[in-house]
Amino acid sequence: MSAPAGARQSRLLPFFAGLVLLYLFIPIIWIVVFSFNRPAGRQNVSWNEFTLDYWKHPFANEPLTEAFIKSLELAVVASLIATAIGALMAVALARYRFKGSGTINVLLVLPLTTPEIVLGASLFTLFFNREVAFGFETVAIAHILFCVSFVALTVKARIRGFDWTLEDAAMDLGSGPFRTFRKVTFPLILPGILAAGMLSFALSIDDYIITSFVAGDSLVTFPMRIFNQARTQTPPYINVLASMILGVTVLLFVFSLIRSSRREAA
Amino acid sequence: MAKVDAVENTTLRRARFAPYGLLSPGIIWLILFFLVPLWTLAKIALSDKPNPFLPEYEFSWKFSNFTDAVSDNIDLIGKSFLYAAAATIAAILIGYPLAYFIAFRGGKYRNLMLGLVILPFYTSFLIRTLAWKSLLADRGPALGVVRTLHLTGVTDAIGLTQNGRLLNTALAVIGGLTYNFLPFMILPIYVSLEKIDIRLLDAAKDLYARPSSAFRRVVLPLSMPGVFAGTLLCFIPAAGDFINAEFLGGPNNGMIGKRVRDLFLRESNYPAAASLSIIFMIIITIGVLAYARALGTEELAG
Repeated sequence: MSAPAGARQSRLLPFFAGLVLLYLFIPIIWIVVFSFNRPAGRQNVSWNEFTLDYWKHPFANEPLTEAFIKSLELAVVASLIATAIGALMAVALARYRFKGSGTINVLLVLPLTTPEIVLGASLFTLFFNREVAFGFETVAIAHILFCVSFVALTVKARIRGFDWTLEDAAMDLGSGPFRTFRKVTFPLILPGILAAGMLSFALSIDDYIITSFVAGDSLVTFPMRIFNQARTQTPPYINVLASMILGVTVLLFVFSLIRSSRREAA
Repeated sequence: MAKVDAVENTTLRRARFAPYGLLSPGIIWLILFFLVPLWTLAKIALSDKPNPFLPEYEFSWKFSNFTDAVSDNIDLIGKSFLYAAAATIAAILIGYPLAYFIAFRGGKYRNLMLGLVILPFYTSFLIRTLAWKSLLADRGPALGVVRTLHLTGVTDAIGLTQNGRLLNTALAVIGGLTYNFLPFMILPIYVSLEKIDIRLLDAAKDLYARPSSAFRRVVLPLSMPGVFAGTLLCFIPAAGDFINAEFLGGPNNGMIGKRVRDLFLRESNYPAAASLSIIFMIIITIGVLAYARALGTEELAG
């Protein structure tokens, strides 16, 4: 795409854009750099001494690692279930015209426009009233709730332009409904579903506010652990684990960039 | 012909029931864990709490809970919305130019730059905010720069710092909120800018529009849906957030989210907590509808 009229000359815009990107990365650089710091006290806030110790034993801080594993488990469970439920909704909304689809769309958007504290508070009152024990299940239910809306809306947006007559073509050529789904429909909607699944995973693993309402006393997730101990200690293990997540994300990102540029070249 | 009709009938019938079948797990989930809990919350908001030392409550149409919630927390409510509004405006001012740059001048680096916008947000929200806490700390790098340049007096005078401090100021909270919700502003604006037909700008140029008026009268109106969506995605979570206030704000810059949580989990005053969160949601909803109306983008709200 070419530049709009007159914008070509402006040097201010690229400079500003560069500054904003730098701003986005300042805390990230800080996090990674301080994963190599041996703090003087219990707070990892000022530079003291370079060390690789925390990277050599990234899982040595047991309470933190335990919370990290709990968060991973939660994210896997929540994103799998939410992606399945949400993708089905997206297919129904994109594929068919039916009565009540407008209402369903509103119902899907509402959890996203409801503040997290209200979602957390309302789920807390529900579980409290029904005397449901707070823990892994209640947190999973909450995470699935906010992920379902994200999945349904992103998958729906991805498959809106999809040509559904391909399904009819497959059926006309003698393919049964299940075979048609497996061979035609599913491969076409798969990229959208994968993207939505990854988004759910990221949302779930990072959530603090809703989780803190419905976790009870027994379950401690990674964000909860960090929040609870932030006033007294911030061990560099936090930075190491965060850098590891970032590293995996960068790898996935580079991989997808290479793939998409190859596809464009082909 | 009869056979074709029969086939069409069965596909039609299948088509009539199939969507409901596909939707049912999701709808059940949303009803059970979204609508029913909201209903429960509303009921508790209208309940009486006979004994101040016990968490028990009973439903009694107690509307005074709402007025109490407002009068007890009026400064927190005001502060939360003020901080969220300031952060949202800052995010538009910072995010719009970057989205514009990526959409119109990104060229082959467009996907790379979009990735760079999203990438920082794959580190935990809490850890990012803690990093800002260190960056803005009294002995941190930001104030270090200010001190080496002997600008403390200047930054104090223009309100950037308070008594030479950055941490525990309203500005630190607003800055943290801006940072944490910035991608939610940039991405929707980018999406709406990217859709703009570039020939419209050529047409404006051909009709002797200056670049600034072409921007004001063509690009800006067409990107308003993105600004609208970005504002919602920024403002709503920012108003309810308390992590930034907790880490960056100190005791005088609390926000409503923390209060709701403390009322629920520390003080076990469920009617007060529920009525405060309902009030909060009502204000947000009214705000969203008014904003949608002002921008003339009602269709986006649904």
